[in-house]
Amino acid sequence: MPGPGDRGRKKEKPKDARGTLRRILRYLKEYRWIVAVLTVCAFASNIGNLLGPGFAGKAIHAAGAGRGRVDFDVVFYYGRCMLIAYILSSLLTFLVNMGMMRVSRHVAQKIRKDVFDKLMTLPVGYFDRNQAGDIISRVSYDVDVVTTCLSTDVVQIITSVITVIGSFVMMCVISLPLVTCMLITIPMAVLYTRYMGRRTRPLYSRRSKAYGSMNGFVEEMFSGQKTILAYAYEDGVCEEFSAINHEAADAYRDADSLGMTMGPSIGFINNLGLSLIGLLGAVFYLWKWVDLGQISSFVLYSRKFSGPINEIANIINEIYSALAAAERVFYMLEEPEEVQDIYGAKTLDHVRGDVEMKEVSFGYVPGKTVLHSLDLEAKEGQTIAIVGPTGAGKSTIINLLMRFYDVDQGAVFVDGNEIRTVTRDSLRRSYAMVLQDTWVFGGTIYENIAYGKEGASMDEVVAAAKAARIHSYVMRLPEGYQTVISEDGGNISKGQKQLLTIARAMLYDTRMLILDEATSNVDTGTERQVQQAMRRLMKGKTCFVIAHRLSTIQNADKILVVDHGDVVEQGTHEELMLQKGFYYRLYASQFE
Amino acid sequence: MKLIYRYMKPYKKVIGCVMGIKLLGAMTELLLPYILEHIIDVTVPSGKLLMVFFWGFVMIATAVVTRLFNVLANRQAVENAHNISYRIRQDLFARTINLSGSQFDFYGLPSLISRMTSDSYNVQSCVQSIQTLCVRAPIMLLGGIVVTLTMDRVLASVLCVMLPILLAVVAGVSRYGIPLYNKVQEGLDDVVRIMRENISGIRVVKALSKADYEKRRFSESNDRMTARDIKAGSVMALPGPIMQLSLNVGLTLVVFIGASRVNSGEMEPGVILAFLTYFNMILQSVMALNRIFMMISKASASADRIALILDIPEDQKVLLPEEAKQPAGEEFIRFEHVYFRYGEMDSGRPEDFAGSGRENCLEDIDFALKKGESLGIIGPTGCGKTTVVNLLMRFYDASEGGVFVDGQDVRTYQKDVLHRKFGVVFQNDMVFNDTLRRNISFGREVTEEQLAEAARDAMAAEYISRLSEGFDYMADIKGANLSGGQKQRLLIARALAADPEILILDDSSSALDYKTDAALRKAIASHHQDTTIILIAQRVSSVMNMTNILVMDDGRCIGYGNHAHLLQTCPQYKEIFETQMGALT
Repeated sequence: MPGPGDRGRKKEKPKDARGTLRRILRYLKEYRWIVAVLTVCAFASNIGNLLGPGFAGKAIHAAGAGRGRVDFDVVFYYGRCMLIAYILSSLLTFLVNMGMMRVSRHVAQKIRKDVFDKLMTLPVGYFDRNQAGDIISRVSYDVDVVTTCLSTDVVQIITSVITVIGSFVMMCVISLPLVTCMLITIPMAVLYTRYMGRRTRPLYSRRSKAYGSMNGFVEEMFSGQKTILAYAYEDGVCEEFSAINHEAADAYRDADSLGMTMGPSIGFINNLGLSLIGLLGAVFYLWKWVDLGQISSFVLYSRKFSGPINEIANIINEIYSALAAAERVFYMLEEPEEVQDIYGAKTLDHVRGDVEMKEVSFGYVPGKTVLHSLDLEAKEGQTIAIVGPTGAGKSTIINLLMRFYDVDQGAVFVDGNEIRTVTRDSLRRSYAMVLQDTWVFGGTIYENIAYGKEGASMDEVVAAAKAARIHSYVMRLPEGYQTVISEDGGNISKGQKQLLTIARAMLYDTRMLILDEATSNVDTGTERQVQQAMRRLMKGKTCFVIAHRLSTIQNADKILVVDHGDVVEQGTHEELMLQKGFYYRLYASQFE
Repeated sequence: MKLIYRYMKPYKKVIGCVMGIKLLGAMTELLLPYILEHIIDVTVPSGKLLMVFFWGFVMIATAVVTRLFNVLANRQAVENAHNISYRIRQDLFARTINLSGSQFDFYGLPSLISRMTSDSYNVQSCVQSIQTLCVRAPIMLLGGIVVTLTMDRVLASVLCVMLPILLAVVAGVSRYGIPLYNKVQEGLDDVVRIMRENISGIRVVKALSKADYEKRRFSESNDRMTARDIKAGSVMALPGPIMQLSLNVGLTLVVFIGASRVNSGEMEPGVILAFLTYFNMILQSVMALNRIFMMISKASASADRIALILDIPEDQKVLLPEEAKQPAGEEFIRFEHVYFRYGEMDSGRPEDFAGSGRENCLEDIDFALKKGESLGIIGPTGCGKTTVVNLLMRFYDASEGGVFVDGQDVRTYQKDVLHRKFGVVFQNDMVFNDTLRRNISFGREVTEEQLAEAARDAMAAEYISRLSEGFDYMADIKGANLSGGQKQRLLIARALAADPEILILDDSSSALDYKTDAALRKAIASHHQDTTIILIAQRVSSVMNMTNILVMDDGRCIGYGNHAHLLQTCPQYKEIFETQMGALT
């Protein structure tokens, strides 16, 4: 059954079932002995279950001798056998369930870990292209589907196969002629199931799709509820929803009313089988081919036989959707990683802070160059301000400096080292970064400040916090530095968050700094603190600032004016004003 | 659960039919073994071939009838579930879309969405299953118990031993198993949270080379979750085998006791075999009932969550003119000493909802605008700027004071009539997954001319004309295929399209550069002279040309007047102005 929230993703067929299965098996390899033992246990438990009725039959036969003639030794003997067979079988079932559950959870754990580790090696571009929700649903939803399949469906398949084969063998042993009844009903059941499968599959996928688009619509409209109200569009939206709701409801009805004929029909085929057994059994009895006891046992086993046959079709569907889920996870594990450091890459240390970009060209998409042959030189301790309208490509320069992306042409140098010849870690470690989208994670304030410097002492953290002018604020919190803040920073204001990330950069203490000034002021008090803290942080460092504030820009050693992805002008404030070019117009427009 | 009954009620006849047919189906199904038994026990030994064929065909005919009944019942059950779930969803959707601001905030978006999706789905499958499953199991159980009791009371007492064990297992699972699963869910939330943090902060993580540290952190929570999952799984692995075992032990007991009773002549031998069959039936139906019970409890939790929303009373009544306040002046928009606190409405909010306390979000806000005038509101985030708009459009009701539009208390307007006066762009407003044309017209009758004009005034015409499909360009969900500036201009075009009497722009030009922002303001000022404009901004340059400026801090008005006046009278305004002027983007 496709769940409601899956946006029409279940019931898909995997594209490369074989390959995906092989990868799942690779995860199971570590547990192959356990799985082997468990398979044997499952086998044994089913044999026990199959033998049970046999012993029961014998015990009943002995008990059926009539008044005073019951041979209790025999009854107890078979009764004990029956009890032991059942107890063993239950114990083994428990063992198998437990075992497979554990194995599947460990496999899930490993897959989640692999996915996360993989994420950490992916280039930043991957996260720019893919939505967080999508990535997360692979870890939570898709992995869950795979796990459930491993822990229950696999066991069920083993059980079903054993039961089917076992009871078939027993039926053959009891009476070969009667088996001919099954030769009519089995092909009927198989053909019918396949036929129905072909007919229902498109209906079910239409149903999934309809639910998916309904869920999407609901999510979108509820998110925009206030806008809808504001434009008095409620009734219109309700009408639109009615159409979508209708489609979903109809798709559900069409799929399910056909699907719901499956059960009774299979039931009918089974009952037909029973009737045939009764009929043929009677005939054979008259011809003295079978006796009554044999007919009874045959009926018992034919029931056992038909049970799992009905289930197998369902299970196969589940397995398909698990394979499809697994495929999505594995697909992600195959994303190209960040380019490896070249062989023998140097570690960048004792950085002075001379940065140079030489004839750098770059585009995010091949054929769409956004930076054209850019030259830029920043000497030790200089401040470079990058200015330009929103979306002009200011952050592209930052992406290249930090080597979040690699240049297409040209090269970037730090202290005369081409950055692709040094290890990526050491390059990034030589920059500190304060972004406009301040990032804090769920943890204490201490942990958040100390994030860049593992094992920083409390004194160091406090010193950094004091330098960032946030110490007194922190001390006013109920738990001081041990106050836990959350990712979205709901319990701490935007300005404080900025100060916190500045403190983090203070502690990190590098020779080079990347700074993204906030566009709009938060509130005047905090704003001044943030500015002061930033000044302090920038002191003596080579700084690249995405600047919005005149004071920053005027004090910069060099201003880079970016427009439409091109650096259109370069120079100091005075020089640029004299040029009366783009910068001048930009500067003047705010006074209009 | 009441909700399910309520919606099933109109269909009670059809549902009764379904259950009746299902009952017939179950009975014909129960007939089958009897016929078979009759063939084997009576007909076959008699050796009459004709009778064998007769009974054989009766059996096949019964099987055909059984299938017919079951298919009929199932189809009708699906049809009923289809109708009922359609109506539940439609009602829930309509109710949710019409919730007032405070009601919507209280339940929150994710919860409202999940009610609409997974909860309504649970209810739907429950409605279907109630009709199809709830007939068979109880009949089997009852029938089984009655028959066994009449057959042999002593043997039936075995049931008294086994049933409590089964019940204990069911109780144990719901008592201990389900809380364990909640723990697992918490663990998973942790795992997801760390993942989300890393995705959103990937640049910082990479810049600080913290990948290994993050891997460890993730690994810890992953391990913790797995441990909990295994614990819960271990508990849940118990009931199946235990039920199976108790069933089989019961069977063995029946054989032993039966044997001794046969020996002492208190019972016929055939009874044992029959007893085993019924015994099996009873225990199977107990297990089936257990499954039904779990399904119903899940669905009823969902139904309650849906009912909660459907039953929210309308919290903003339209007042009659005589109940409402009268404005003290005849300006087009008037705020008269308005105070506002959250959490005051008794709109289905539980009493204990204190939220962020009952502090005033707005205190004594008082201003008046003539038609065609403009108001700029400026102040730090969270100072209550947006709240002013929320009260003006009556998303919330003022706690004290009066809000008036066009000489009437806003509470006397029909919701839609009031809202049609406005064109508005909210902070982080929505672009819908639809064409640009429909995004702009947004359910209103907008002519092609108005459309083009609105796009031009909103500075959106240029980029739209560069798109190959023009106004028929499909915007992705949340306008993901448009840049921030393009989205804002599209939203402004939407606000302008129907020539509103009042235009509200809440921080809606933040992604525009100064040049575009200035051109936009110029276009609006010249083409919409009669429109009263309220503009919320964080940049002084956006509001300094407004006829009136309201400077807010912490819910209070700390300055009111035009730019020149405020520079003289409001030191905070002067300070913002000085720190901001000279910014370039």
